[in-house]
Amino acid sequence: MSPRITLAVARRVIRQLRRDPRTIALLLFVPCLVLLLLWWVFSEVAGGNIIDTFGPALIAFMPFTVMFIVTSVTMLRERTAGTLERMLAMPTGRADILLGYALALLSVCLVQAALVIGLGVGPLGMEVGGPVWALLLVALADSFLGTALGLAVSAFARTEFQAVQFMPALVFPQLLLCGLFVPRETMPGAAQAISDFLPLTYAIEAMQGVQAGADGHVADGTWTDLLIVVGIAVVVLALGTLTLRRRTD
Amino acid sequence: MEPVVEVADLRVTRGGREVLHGLDLTVGAGELVGIVGPSGGGKSTLMRAIVGVQSGVEGTLRVLGQQAGSPGVRGRVGYVTQVGAIYSDLTARENLEFFAAIHGVGADQVRQVLATVDLAEAGDQVVGTMSGGQQSRVSLATALLGDPSLLVLDEPTVGLDPVLRRSLWATFADLAAGGAGVLVSTHVMDEAERCDRIALLREGRVLAAGTPSELLERTGAGSVEGAFLALIDEAAA
Ligand SMILES: Nc1ncnc2c1ncn2[C@@H]1O[C@H](COP(=O)(O)OP(=O)(O)OP(=O)(O)O)[C@@H](O)[C@H]1O
Ligand SMILES: [Mg+2]
Repeated sequence: MSPRITLAVARRVIRQLRRDPRTIALLLFVPCLVLLLLWWVFSEVAGGNIIDTFGPALIAFMPFTVMFIVTSVTMLRERTAGTLERMLAMPTGRADILLGYALALLSVCLVQAALVIGLGVGPLGMEVGGPVWALLLVALADSFLGTALGLAVSAFARTEFQAVQFMPALVFPQLLLCGLFVPRETMPGAAQAISDFLPLTYAIEAMQGVQAGADGHVADGTWTDLLIVVGIAVVVLALGTLTLRRRTD
Repeated sequence: MEPVVEVADLRVTRGGREVLHGLDLTVGAGELVGIVGPSGGGKSTLMRAIVGVQSGVEGTLRVLGQQAGSPGVRGRVGYVTQVGAIYSDLTARENLEFFAAIHGVGADQVRQVLATVDLAEAGDQVVGTMSGGQQSRVSLATALLGDPSLLVLDEPTVGLDPVLRRSLWATFADLAAGGAGVLVSTHVMDEAERCDRIALLREGRVLAAGTPSELLERTGAGSVEGAFLALIDEAAA
């Protein structure tokens, strides 16, 4: 591994993204549109601001999903186009590839998360007790998790079509089990136990924890949730590294 | 002097099946060696093994005095795969700049290899919009970065016009003359006449190896292709 090569990978990924303005626009504005739509469809319903209820979960969920798709598809392309093999036949370390990708995508995530958080907290008036930067930090951890899972999945998918299909398979069960729609305490015992092992549970809990904080402090347990998300992401990333085999059949 | 590539009793298993059954081959520094043979004969598998990206490899396989694929030789081997292995959404120059950065070489080398493959003008064209022949030349240029001591080129001239093929073979000869070992596969047998030595590979075995004139002499054929067919008939008889 060397910083020169890591940065070269990051630069190349950003160059590829820049060649594709439509993808960038989708990456940056779709989360905002979804948040806006959520606010709009509930705007005539009496009761509290819907953004307070679902906003944090959405802000956690969007960067995760988007990065999951971007990473799984682009890594799969590297595998099928032979560029991964070329890089690995050269003095590239596996960590260079992973960190290079993470760096490039984190910069996109930073802008994406800033936009959606800005919209939520600003015009849509989401109440946040904790500091706003903590929302950004949690969003970045979630996108890191998406990147790690996307990488792992790219090893199991043969086509881009399959890679995209992994998204509903991995994401929707987590969304149902994370306690967003039904409080976790009221779920069947087994469902509750399963949700204890799912990263999205902690990702959304952390985001809600920031919201539930007061006086510029996050609620108790938020940092633990965040650490769990980052911990799972690191483990998945390490497993993903194993799928970047230098020698293949 | 130590050979650049030294292969002895190489066996490779792919998908649970042995596809190379004990190959011997050497490539010396400054030597242009051709691997010819029919489709499915094992040319790509042999090259992947030499570059160090093939699993299931047994036997002796040394490159530049080290185990093939070991970290010490990775930066000194240029490899062109049968598929392009370049980024089709980037320009030729951006592709080369990326791979140059991995080698730690600069913009002057990028310019130089673009000129070598006669793409100096098309450098800023996005690879996906290039013709098939231009794309394969970008791929070749990538392999030339970092002044490799060994070049492994898997069918680099497939689908190219005769004029360009001739100029590329002249380039391969130049690279060998510059001291690199160059290993080129092709199934256009007559192209291989330009090699210093040829190995005929069929069904995972070296059917014959030698200089082009040795092969022609031995079989009494008038071309490498004729020699190859004669050798297959001989093996069948
Ligand atoms: N990924 C793979 N898994 C299993 N077997 C494979 C794989 N790739 C190739 N083979 C088999 O290995 C043998 C040698 O294939 P190889 O690609 O080395 O041939 P080749 O001489 O390069 O052919 P061509 O001229 O068509 O490129 C063939 O029988 C092929 O079916
Ligand atoms: Mg082949």
